[in-house]
Amino acid sequence: MTAPLLETRALCRNFGALAAARDVDFRLETGARHALIGPNGAGKTTFVNLITGVIPPTSGVILMKGRDITKIAQAQRVKLGIARTFQINRLFRRLSVLENVCIAVAERAGAASSMFRPAGTRRDVVEEAMHLLETLRLTADASRRISELPYGRQRLVELAIALGLKPEVLLLDEPAAGVPSAESHIILDAIDSLPRDIGVLIIDHDMDLVFRFAERITVMVSGAVFATGSPREIGADTNVRAVYLGQAGRA
Amino acid sequence: MTAPAVRWSEHPAAVALAGRHRVRAWEPIPWILALAFYFLFPKYLGFGTELLITVLFAISLDLVLGYAGIVTLGQAAFFGAGAYTVGILAKRGIWYEPITGLILAAAVAAVVGLGSGLVLLRTQGLTLLMLTLCTMALLEEAANLAHEYTGGFDGLDSLPIAPLLGVFEFNPLYPKTQYLYVLSVLFVCFVFVRTLVYSPFGQSLTGIRENTLRMHAVGAPVRSRLVLCYALSAAIAGVAGGIWAQANAYVNLGTLGLDRAATVLIILVLGGYGRLYGAFVGAVAYMALSHFLSKIYPTAWQLGLGLLLVVIALFARNGILGIVEAAARRLRPRATS
Repeated sequence: MTAPLLETRALCRNFGALAAARDVDFRLETGARHALIGPNGAGKTTFVNLITGVIPPTSGVILMKGRDITKIAQAQRVKLGIARTFQINRLFRRLSVLENVCIAVAERAGAASSMFRPAGTRRDVVEEAMHLLETLRLTADASRRISELPYGRQRLVELAIALGLKPEVLLLDEPAAGVPSAESHIILDAIDSLPRDIGVLIIDHDMDLVFRFAERITVMVSGAVFATGSPREIGADTNVRAVYLGQAGRA
Repeated sequence: MTAPAVRWSEHPAAVALAGRHRVRAWEPIPWILALAFYFLFPKYLGFGTELLITVLFAISLDLVLGYAGIVTLGQAAFFGAGAYTVGILAKRGIWYEPITGLILAAAVAAVVGLGSGLVLLRTQGLTLLMLTLCTMALLEEAANLAHEYTGGFDGLDSLPIAPLLGVFEFNPLYPKTQYLYVLSVLFVCFVFVRTLVYSPFGQSLTGIRENTLRMHAVGAPVRSRLVLCYALSAAIAGVAGGIWAQANAYVNLGTLGLDRAATVLIILVLGGYGRLYGAFVGAVAYMALSHFLSKIYPTAWQLGLGLLLVVIALFARNGILGIVEAAARRLRPRATS
């Protein structure tokens, strides 16, 4: 049996008296379509921050393909193939869409530390970035500034930047948050057509999105894993309904 | 990786990106003006030399402040480090040759920048601002105390500087050599900084300025990029300081002080930061304004400068060049920006 793509064992993180992650045991398999759901404040984003190395865990380990990466710095984890999108857009607002993606691609391709060659003449970097924009149908917006773009398109640029890092693990933190429903299908289509060899973890509380996309669902409540299973199992779990789906159902 | 079927390099965005670093038609203008100044105003070459050195110093600040977004009030620390390197070496009879002297000045300033950058750049914002100020104040006090080497408060004067290339003497009363020497050094440093800001490295500095968190998330070694940028900027500031010492045959504590650091910041804000040429425009505007204002109101001319800064900060964040750019955009609304 091979080690899972990404695994956490007894992962804990405390903020003072608050346990934002409590003994989280989690596995993400290669090519998985996994969703992490839970009510607000359940610790979903904290979990993403732990995996990507933004914050260190209080205790526990994180393994990638069996290798302990708990102590590895954020930038190194990106090099190992862990990429994320942010819940709230974090883009280079005054730069063009193409430049945004080029920065990510250049970083991954190891071109970003070169000092004496104009950035625009790195044809490999520019072509790869343009190719990514094409797959996300952003080509027409390539020369526009981020600040001129509608929010939904900006979300796509978030995705393009993450894909520019050629990840093996892709963490999508509420990819459709803040996108008008008329545009959200663009995001959903983009997620549907992600390459099958990427393990995707999507964090959301939009149930339509989660049940459409996920092959496996983990429910988190108060920093701990509450349940894990297939969408059908989770949908039928009365406890889950009580703590989470019930709330949404009543709303 | 499969090559895409479409020729992406022909897309307008890719064309714009590939041509971004090309020399624009107006770019030779400041250099032509600087050369014209040499022939037209031979009596004012001392003033011109000072102006060009200020431009060079402001460019070094633009690299850290305008491109990497490092807010610093201590840039004069590196100017002073360069100036004292040249001054002490010449006064002690160790090194007189000007060009290699500048390289030494750059090296010493870069080491100071690297050392302080490694510590300071762990912080940001107001903390960083205060720490850069403190570093400069510490250096200034060290220079004051070590008067056996630095001459203390009096500084070092009558520095013996060898003729440039072994031929051209530095004549303090008629600074023809100084002017052309400074202009050449400014040009070389400018080309270096210009190359740097259009490179992928420069692009990643812009990324750090625009969104540090995102740069971490794309796997950029943010801290080491910033430290490297800080050290390179320090080296250029060191060249500016070194050449100032050579041109004036003189070093004093003023090279290290807050006055100089604040003035260069004002110049950059006035001209427009993050634009390379803001340093030129700002330096000329500052010098002209202080000349003009001190004539009409000699006792409190800085009041006028302060008011102008308030106006710039409130209504024209991108300085004089920003105003020019906005006007140009309005004249050609459909042009590519």
